[in-house]
Amino acid sequence: MELKNILIEKLGSKIKEYKEPTNRRIYITIDKDSLAECARIIFKDMDARYIVASGVHNEDSFEVLYHFGFDKQGIVVSLRVYLDKDNPEIESLVWLIPGIEYIERETWELLGIKFLNNPNLKHFLLAEDWPEGNYPVRKNIKGKK
Amino acid sequence: MKKVIVPLGPYHPLFEEPEFFELYCDGERVVDVEWHAGYNHRGIEKISESKHWDQVTFLVERICGICSNSHPMAYCNAVENLLGLDIPERAKYIRTIISEMERLHSHFLWVGLAGHFLGYNTVFMWAWKYREPLLDMFEVITGGRNNYSMIKIGGVRRDINDQQIEMLRKMLDGISSQLNMLTKVFLDDPVLQARLVNVGVLTKQDVKNYGAVGPVARASGVDIDIRRDNPYAAYNLVDWKVITRENGDVFDKAVVRLLEGFESVKIIRQCLDRIEHKKGEILAEVREIPAGEGIGRHEALRGEVFHYVRSDGSSSPVRHKIRAPSYVNVPTFKKSSIGQTISDVAIILAGVDPCYCCTERVAIYDANTKKSRDITWPEIVKKSQEKTEQLKKHG
Repeated sequence: MELKNILIEKLGSKIKEYKEPTNRRIYITIDKDSLAECARIIFKDMDARYIVASGVHNEDSFEVLYHFGFDKQGIVVSLRVYLDKDNPEIESLVWLIPGIEYIERETWELLGIKFLNNPNLKHFLLAEDWPEGNYPVRKNIKGKK
Repeated sequence: MKKVIVPLGPYHPLFEEPEFFELYCDGERVVDVEWHAGYNHRGIEKISESKHWDQVTFLVERICGICSNSHPMAYCNAVENLLGLDIPERAKYIRTIISEMERLHSHFLWVGLAGHFLGYNTVFMWAWKYREPLLDMFEVITGGRNNYSMIKIGGVRRDINDQQIEMLRKMLDGISSQLNMLTKVFLDDPVLQARLVNVGVLTKQDVKNYGAVGPVARASGVDIDIRRDNPYAAYNLVDWKVITRENGDVFDKAVVRLLEGFESVKIIRQCLDRIEHKKGEILAEVREIPAGEGIGRHEALRGEVFHYVRSDGSSSPVRHKIRAPSYVNVPTFKKSSIGQTISDVAIILAGVDPCYCCTERVAIYDANTKKSRDITWPEIVKKSQEKTEQLKKHG
């Protein structure tokens, strides 16, 4: 069976939007409450490889994309979760993927997205005395033009 | 627990790159490892948001001097993925040649450094000497020994002419016999075997948990290689194979890297045959980047480089996420160095090829006395070299 069909069958109604804009790239939007379940299905049951997570700051929301690699098919599946713009927080996935600790810490300190229940949510790239509430990758902090 | 930190680094003129690991030790055994990064964080993802799409190619080239072709490659793959663009065939071959030359020079560099950490300075001198013709060849083809600026969105910046192809072939002949010799030296030496076999073992489950990639994953029997799994450039047009090993120790990581060198030579030779005496386009025209998102991957020397770009139709990316292979490979020594002795830590850390062995300063905590002292990277290397000396003397 094609990967697309397996994904649709396994994730079922948790899929809010399914997009396959280009060859071998699949983007699936889900609710933040179903992230743990969807990630478990993809990472454990379907044996995908954890690649990384990308945090994005939009005008009216935050967004986290969890990228998984299906190497036999050469496909990248990205789980997309939208978060509240004033209080961006989401459950950590460290219980499932130990290696995700570092990107969660990075996304927290650079974008201010809080990962609940990450056992080690402290500064990783920035200095320990970095001022609280200053998130350099947010859009209201301008880079040098 | 108060720790005393000697102000030697993380920045210091003698160090290659700044990074900081804490080893928690019980006597000579390592019981836990803590990784501190960020001393070299330059905010490239943020800078990228204020550059033109074309400029970003040359910005990401400066992420790392050793993989200075890998990041542009993954970035251009990402933008071309967003565009749905297929680049000219000749450009595909040229991209492949540059990528494989880079893999060769980096694996030589790694073998040299591994030799140095183990107290085999002759291996170090030889490997780095053999690497030189590759760098000279880079200068001939691209104009720079490092930071080649060869890749552009839509193709490549410069063509390779027949005269350069001839020079490349000659260089490859030399390289293959040297690689052959180096492989034999490295793999047949009983002392090296004693130092590397069953040291720093990484299981398949560890690889999965940390998402490790490249030679680190392949040495543990995880058969992944983006060049084959998600083909780009000319990797699906030439004949080559993915090297894997089963044990997951440092020795197998070395074997994978050395044997990959031969595959690289094979790939470059085939590419040269295909582009010799032929002319062709090397650049597809790209006028605008429409709104959308793209993911680009490239199997760099250390594993998969991953770039995610998003466009709103303007002249710069609105978000550019970069994940280098060391980001997922480095944390694996939370698994591979635990239970090992301090003298083996140097080569275990070096085993994942963490963008040079960028572990200059290591703090050692004694788990029994709860006291800590700082130990410099040269001290750790010395410990490792002494162990090899002892092995040589007493068998």
